[in-house]
This record gives sequence, structure tokens and C-alpha cells, in this order.
Amino acid sequence: MITGHNYSPEWHFNRSSLYQYNDIDQTLVDERVAQFRRQTEQFLKGEISEDQFRALRLRNGLYVQTHAPMLRIAGPYGLLNSKQLRKLAHIARHYDKNYCHFTTRQNIQFNWPKLEQVPDILEELATVQMHAIQTSGNCMRNTTSDHLAGVCVDEIEDPRPYCEIIRQWTTLHPEFDYLPRKFKIAVSGALHDRAATQFHDIGLHLVKNDADVVGFKVLVGGGLGRTPVIGQVIKPYLEKKHLLSYLEAVLRIYNLFGRRDNKYKARIKILVKETGMDQFSALVEREWQLIRDNNELSDERISAIQAQFVDPAYELDATADLSFAQQQQDHKAFATWVKHNTADHKTPGYRAAFVSLKAPDSPPGDITDTQLDAVADLADRYSFGEIRATHRQNLILADVKQADLYALWQQLDALKLATPNIGTVTDMICCPGLDFCSLANAGSIGIAKEINEALDDMDYIHDIGDLKINMSGCMNGCAHQSVGHIGILGVDKKGVEWYQLTLGGSSENNAAIGERLGPSVAKDQVTLTIVTILNVYVKLRLEDESFLDMVNRVGITPFKEQVYANH
Amino acid sequence: MQIIKDQKIIDNTWNYIADDAELKAGDISVSLARWQQDKPQLLARDGKLGIRLGATDSVAELADDLAHIQLIELDFPDFADGRLFSQAWLLRGRYHYQGEIRATGHYMPDQVFYLSRVGVNAFSAEKVEDLPVTLSHLHDFTVNYQNSIN
Repeated sequence: MITGHNYSPEWHFNRSSLYQYNDIDQTLVDERVAQFRRQTEQFLKGEISEDQFRALRLRNGLYVQTHAPMLRIAGPYGLLNSKQLRKLAHIARHYDKNYCHFTTRQNIQFNWPKLEQVPDILEELATVQMHAIQTSGNCMRNTTSDHLAGVCVDEIEDPRPYCEIIRQWTTLHPEFDYLPRKFKIAVSGALHDRAATQFHDIGLHLVKNDADVVGFKVLVGGGLGRTPVIGQVIKPYLEKKHLLSYLEAVLRIYNLFGRRDNKYKARIKILVKETGMDQFSALVEREWQLIRDNNELSDERISAIQAQFVDPAYELDATADLSFAQQQQDHKAFATWVKHNTADHKTPGYRAAFVSLKAPDSPPGDITDTQLDAVADLADRYSFGEIRATHRQNLILADVKQADLYALWQQLDALKLATPNIGTVTDMICCPGLDFCSLANAGSIGIAKEINEALDDMDYIHDIGDLKINMSGCMNGCAHQSVGHIGILGVDKKGVEWYQLTLGGSSENNAAIGERLGPSVAKDQVTLTIVTILNVYVKLRLEDESFLDMVNRVGITPFKEQVYANH
Repeated sequence: MQIIKDQKIIDNTWNYIADDAELKAGDISVSLARWQQDKPQLLARDGKLGIRLGATDSVAELADDLAHIQLIELDFPDFADGRLFSQAWLLRGRYHYQGEIRATGHYMPDQVFYLSRVGVNAFSAEKVEDLPVTLSHLHDFTVNYQNSIN
């Protein structure tokens, strides 16, 4: 049985594999909206202090930024449906400046809401089973996952049901809502880690044991920000039934012993480092042994959640289509888009199609209300009404028949959402930077635009190939610069914006933190520096060698010599 | 002075004894340090005994003494200090403490729902006039996702 406010038989039969709220889910979100409306009213009447309201509003996704509040809405492990996308379009139109921004944690940000209207926005979101609960503040945040979950070809098991189980467990957890610092969990179910799990407070990998039974490998203490650390394995294999008790044990140890005297040393990665992995892991193990039998995840519960993530009704004869091959032959631009902006699908005759939010003249991750509505229509028409957000700030229509790809491409192209640059140098991750964020030391959107203008030759971009540039406007590292193949970090030097570059970072299986290239460069030198780095790569690469492989082979010296040649 | 206990506003019957003050007759609360120092005297007197725990105190140190203790106050230095939530959970969930657990100090009225879920059943307020509102916040949510104490 499907319950919830928006149930309609029609929706049920067309729906893709997206979790549907039951009465409990809906009640919780509705009650949260009512609570926050009351808190906001009390604050505006002066009945709640600035300090206290800050903690409360952050736990509802509301920051106070440079120009206006910023509202961050949860995209549960990146999954959205067309109705939700239309609601985002509506909010962009009525409460904001006609656009929103997708973040590296698969969330959605509005940059211009009015504080007193935020309860109304949250109420609108609740009608489509969305919320902004725990998208900021020192609490457990939105759980993230593989954007190709359930459709990719290298999957051990679909991580989404476990993401939903964790989403529920983390939401309004009474014991762990006032942690020393924020806490992020990511889950990957595939061989290729597309969820940066090694850089999360807890990373979970679905793995098989020797008896071929699927469980979790648990990593702890990874993180980006000021002190990037690669997570370490704390539990090589955890039976599924122990998932929540193990999380509880880690969180209890962190809550009790994590540092609270210095916010820059308060993440779990510092606790793990200062305690030592052996002792930390012994503390967790002892705690877990005491609680493991009381909070088991039953097979029935896992099955019930898995039943919400069944495959949509794929057509069995999708491969029979011949037009797809023909259209690629006839239209080079289409073939290029297919090559770069679509991914293999587990079902023959289907592909996952990226919606690039990295058009050259648009800030990375931004999308307008008109585009949101249009993408919702395309999702309904071509991909079972489902849309996914990726941690590299693009969208995906995950279940497109090959016969539909040409029509989809044409429409995306008309919407400026088909720039064939996924995974390339212009598919940059970028934070809002100094233009919006009160934490930032330097601009990032402007630099991204400049790099885009300098790299306007698509053939050159494709020749460069797989290259991830991540750019953050400050040490907090929202755009994961330390794991970019090229990382760019904005720093403030006596009121002037400078940029520190790193090379060789990666957030995937071969996780690495980028190495500092040398002294930071002035704002007007950033694009030139990137171009110089690319030239060194083109000159010194071996055949088919990717940028990252080359950096790992030759080190940073050849790049350094060229970049600082004239200094 | 009134407090909330078991969802009702009632008169507080307990006396706070500072570390350098003389012990009194009746129901008193003392710090964990005072308890550890003056255990024999505290056990010998009539009247109920309460212990005040700070955020950095270890609940485990009280584990063997809980039978003598009728009240534990969790004293919030700051509303953001979440350690006391785990301390409450440990008292109830691990050590099966049955007496009163009272939140005191600088917690927020907006935290009482969570506090009640981890086993806190009494609340003192910085301002008595806040008590009715605080009481109503115990019912901010009618549903929850996790097992906890309540």
C-alpha cells in the first residue's frame, strides 16, 4: 500500500524507483515545518536569542549569507522526482531569483529567500515529500550516494535502500543532534566509488564476504575541509543487520569524546587521529558489543524498503532500436554528447543521460526555473519521472531508452543543458564563493567563467579528457578542491584574492589529497596557470595517459617549472 | 521554584548544595566531586540524594552508586553541548537508572523533546514563566524514526 499526501494511482504506475513517504514520514516533516514556523515567529518577536535561533535555523537548512539567507534543501541521496523538480521551479520563481544551485552533497540551495518566508517554502516542500532538515548545523547531514545507484554496470548491490534506512535513522535522532561538528555519511554499492566515500565521516561500501553474503565495509574519519584526511577501514565486514547499531556506537563515542573546544579540531577525523585508530576502534567495538543485539535491522525491514526501489518497467526490446546507431553516424554533435554525457546502463538498450549544469556562461551547478520545469517534463517523458543530482553538480536522467536519446539530446541542447563536457576540464565543481558566501575569502564563479572562456574549443577539451577541476573560495573546501585532479583554493592575502593550486587529488577508489603546486597565484593569473598546466600535460603525456595518471607518474615538478618559470 | 516533572509543572523540593556549603537536611543535590569526596557523610544522612553531572563528567563513575541516588541533574554549560544527551541515554539504557533525571542550566526549551526521548523526565527553567511553553514543546512531534529510551 502506498500512502502519503500525494498518492494517486496514476503516479504509482508511472513512478520510478523512488521512496514514497508513508504517514509517519509525512507527519514528521509536517510537524517539523510547524515547529520551525513557531521558532521563526518567536525569533522575530525577540523571544528566542540570536544564538539559539542560529542553531535551530541551521538544522532547517537556513544560513545567513552575504546578501540574504541561503536555504539548503535535502536531496535524499540525490534522488528527485519530476513533481519535486517542478516545486523547486515554483520556489525559484516565487521566493527567489528564478534559479537554484545543486551542491556537491546532492542538495539544492536557494540564495535569495526571505527569512520570514522560509516556513512557507518549507511547507510547500513538505507537500512534495521534501524538507531541509539537518542540511546544516553540527548534526548528521543528508546521506549521499552513487548517482548511478541501481542502474550502473558495476554494482554489488543497490545502496539506495540502505541510504533511506540511514536517512530515517539520522533524521531527528534525539541523542545525536548536537554533535561536536557536522557529520556526513556516504554509501557506495559499486566497485567504482562515485560517492567519495573515503572522504566522509563514515563511508559505507557494500561488499561480499567469502561466503558471498553482502554486508558493509565501514570507513571512518575521512573528510575534506581544512584538514583533508582519507578515511580508514574500521570494520572490514559488518553484517547488514548490525548497520544501525554500529552507526550508533560510532556516533556515541564521537558525541562523548569528540573535541568541543576548537571547531577546527572537532570533526571525527581529529578524534580518530588524536586517539589513534587502534584505540578509537576498540572504543567503538566495546560500545557496539553492548548494544548490537538490541537494535538489529530485520530482513523484513530491509525487504520492505528494498520494495520501494524496484526497477521501473524497462522495455525488454529496447535494443531492437536501430535509430540510435544511425543518428550517431549522421550527427557528430549527438555522437559526441552520447560519448561524454551518457553512461552505461545495466539494462540493454538503456543509458543514463547527464544533464550538464556546466554550460560555459552559467555558474557551475546553477539551473533556472524554466530549465527545472523543462527537465521535469523530459524526465516524465523519457526517464520514468526521476531525476538525480550528482556530487559533481550535474543532473542525470538515469533510465533513458536508446531510441529516445536523440530526441532528449535535441531538447536538452535547446535548453543549454547538453554541453558535452561531463568529466572534462570544464565540468568544474565550484562553490558559490565570495559572491554569495559569508565564509569565502575569494571569488570562484568568476574564475570558472574565465577558465571556460579560455577553453572554448570542445575538441581540445575532449582531447584533454578526464580532468576534474574543483574550486573553493575558502579553506572550508565546499567544492572539494583538495581532491580535484587540479584543485583551486581561494585565499585572502591582506584583503586581496589569491589562489592556491594543488595537483593529483582524487575522491575515487585511488583516493588522494592533491599536492601543493607552489606559492599561490594572483587572480588574473589563475586561468593562465591552468592553461600552462594543460599544456605541460599535452606535451608530456604518454599515449592514452590521463591527467591524473600522468601527475602520479611524473610528480608536480614539470608543472611547477613551467608555471613559475617567469617568477 | 517550580519545575517540570513527568509532564507536569510542580514545586521543586530539592536543595542545591554548593561544593563549599554545609550539608542540609532534606533532599539535596551535590556535585559528582562532592559525592566522591564525602560519600560516607552523604550516605549516613536522612533525606534523598541528588548528584549533579557536568558535560565532562563520566557517567560510568556513578554506575555502582546509582541505588543510593534519587536524582541526577544534567547541568548544561551550553545548549550546544550534546554530551549530556548521551549521558542521559547511558544512565537509562546502559545502567538502568530509574530515578529522576533533570535537565538544568543552559539547555534550550526547544531541546526538551529530544531530551525526553533520551530519558530526561524533569526540567528546571531559567525563567519560571517559560515552563508552560517548555512543557508544550515536549509534544512537538508525535512520531519518530529511532529506538531510544522513550
